[in-house]
Amino acid sequence: MTTGIWPDIVAHLPLVWQDLGQHVELVLISVLFGCIVAIPLGIWLTRHTRVAEVVITITGLIQTVPSLALLALALPVLGIGLVPSITALALYALLPILRNTYVGVRGVPPETVDCAKAMGMSSLQALTRVELPMAIPVIIAGVRLSTIYLISWAVLAALIGGGGLGVLILEGLSTYDFGLVLAGAVPAAMLAILAGLALSWLQRLLTPVGMRRMAAGGRGA
Amino acid sequence: MLQFKHVSKSYRDGTVAVDDLSLEVERGEIVVLIGPSGCGKTTSLRMINRMVEPSAGAILLDGRDVTSYDPVQLRRGIGYVVQQIGLFPHMTIAENIEVVPRLLGWSPEKRHQRVSELLDLVGMDPAVYRDRFPHELSGGQQQRIGVLRALAADPELILMDEPFGALDPITREQLQDELKRLQEAVHKTIVFVTHDMDEALRLASRIAVLRQGHVVQYATPAEILRSPADEFVAQFVGRHRLAEREAPQTVREIMNTRPVVLGPSASTEEAFALMQSRQVDTLLVVDAQGGLHGYVSALHLAHRRAAGHSLGEICEPDVAVIGPYEDASGAFNRMDQEHLPYLAVVEDGRLKGIVTRRSMVRALAAAVWGEAQ
Repeated sequence: MTTGIWPDIVAHLPLVWQDLGQHVELVLISVLFGCIVAIPLGIWLTRHTRVAEVVITITGLIQTVPSLALLALALPVLGIGLVPSITALALYALLPILRNTYVGVRGVPPETVDCAKAMGMSSLQALTRVELPMAIPVIIAGVRLSTIYLISWAVLAALIGGGGLGVLILEGLSTYDFGLVLAGAVPAAMLAILAGLALSWLQRLLTPVGMRRMAAGGRGA
Repeated sequence: MLQFKHVSKSYRDGTVAVDDLSLEVERGEIVVLIGPSGCGKTTSLRMINRMVEPSAGAILLDGRDVTSYDPVQLRRGIGYVVQQIGLFPHMTIAENIEVVPRLLGWSPEKRHQRVSELLDLVGMDPAVYRDRFPHELSGGQQQRIGVLRALAADPELILMDEPFGALDPITREQLQDELKRLQEAVHKTIVFVTHDMDEALRLASRIAVLRQGHVVQYATPAEILRSPADEFVAQFVGRHRLAEREAPQTVREIMNTRPVVLGPSASTEEAFALMQSRQVDTLLVVDAQGGLHGYVSALHLAHRRAAGHSLGEICEPDVAVIGPYEDASGAFNRMDQEHLPYLAVVEDGRLKGIVTRRSMVRALAAAVWGEAQ
């Protein structure tokens, strides 16, 4: 116990690498699915505000269901293994992305969109050339939030046989091997921090230059 | 070039924004739609590029109903300027100006050249401004870019919806002057919406005053000032502006018809007494038929008093005179430039009155405050 956490992690390094890889895979696939579904859906919702209100409320409710409970609910429906884990996680990933896409696109001043159309942009052109570039910072913030949440929730995927760093933690807990718990928990925490930094950087990179300095002085949108 | 034929726009909730509006805009004109908020001016403007569809009637562009065009294609051929919020914050100045040329598929070289050309037109160095972003520019500069953006693809018709509304008064006037200059250079047809009468008078070749969705008066700024169609237009134009135009036009209207005069046979003593009682230092010498002989001033009376001559003998003959039908502002300029204390108003050799500095001040006061004392 007094030898610190590093020797424990080093001792389990091969296992840690394997589970870390699996963990990243779980998170990446789930976030990707989340994006593929949530971004177009979020955009669609901005065009159907009446439906949007209902959907945003429901997603807000789902987000309050504890992740453990959701995984437990997924168990009888989807069975155990990688697929149910990814499904449950993707469902979670969806919510912040959906919400932020909706809020981001809605946050573009209607006058700006109106002007784009009055100048001769089709609805699709106004979306791709004006609305999305202006909403990108908010959308990426949603993806970042999803990713960080998912890195911690993915630990629970081990409960339903999804693999990942949770496996180490569960094993450690069941065998009273604190070193093993740390070998799972520390990389998971570091992964979350790194992913957060990486996505902040990505967010900055994808924010249109003209809006970066604007954001510093308070978002106009 | 542009015709509104009995155009109406009503909404499902029953509000009528535009009510049987007919209007014709000639090529090369700046037509200003003006009226209080809710008069339908913006709706009328937006029906031209089909951002709003009319409920009845037709809008003809070069004789063809706008609803027969594809709206997207139609809009690409019509310039559009709104308040500065319309600039896209994520695009550089060049990209903002290029929006329509890009939609029209111009080559990058052609677009690049056009951007430089346009920035030069308003005296903004392309090398400096091309790659800047809207938020790095002042409000006035942003709005210049807004106007340039509308000109980019060289459309015949440009629609402007209160483009200078958010600017401070000085910048606004600058941009109005620039727009006029630009218009003279490029000869576009402009339909301009505003609620600012000064702006309308400054820019318009014709002003359409709108009220409750229809045209109350459609005339040149001068005509509107001279003869407002009704009380509403008069009120909207504003009393002070009407007074400017109703200000005295001729000398006759502003002159004092009871100048201080004496006959040529009167003595210098009489002259002194009259000057004292009327509190003037000069009087005109006029015979019974109204013929002007000259003037005497207190100063030269003092020199000649002892001689006991009649006024006819001692008066100075060279009096500055002006005709009664000459321009009042001309009289003002002469008095100002030649440092004259007064002008005698003479018609057919007879004295009709006198224009003094005092009568000028009265006339100006009447113009400013609308009432003669």
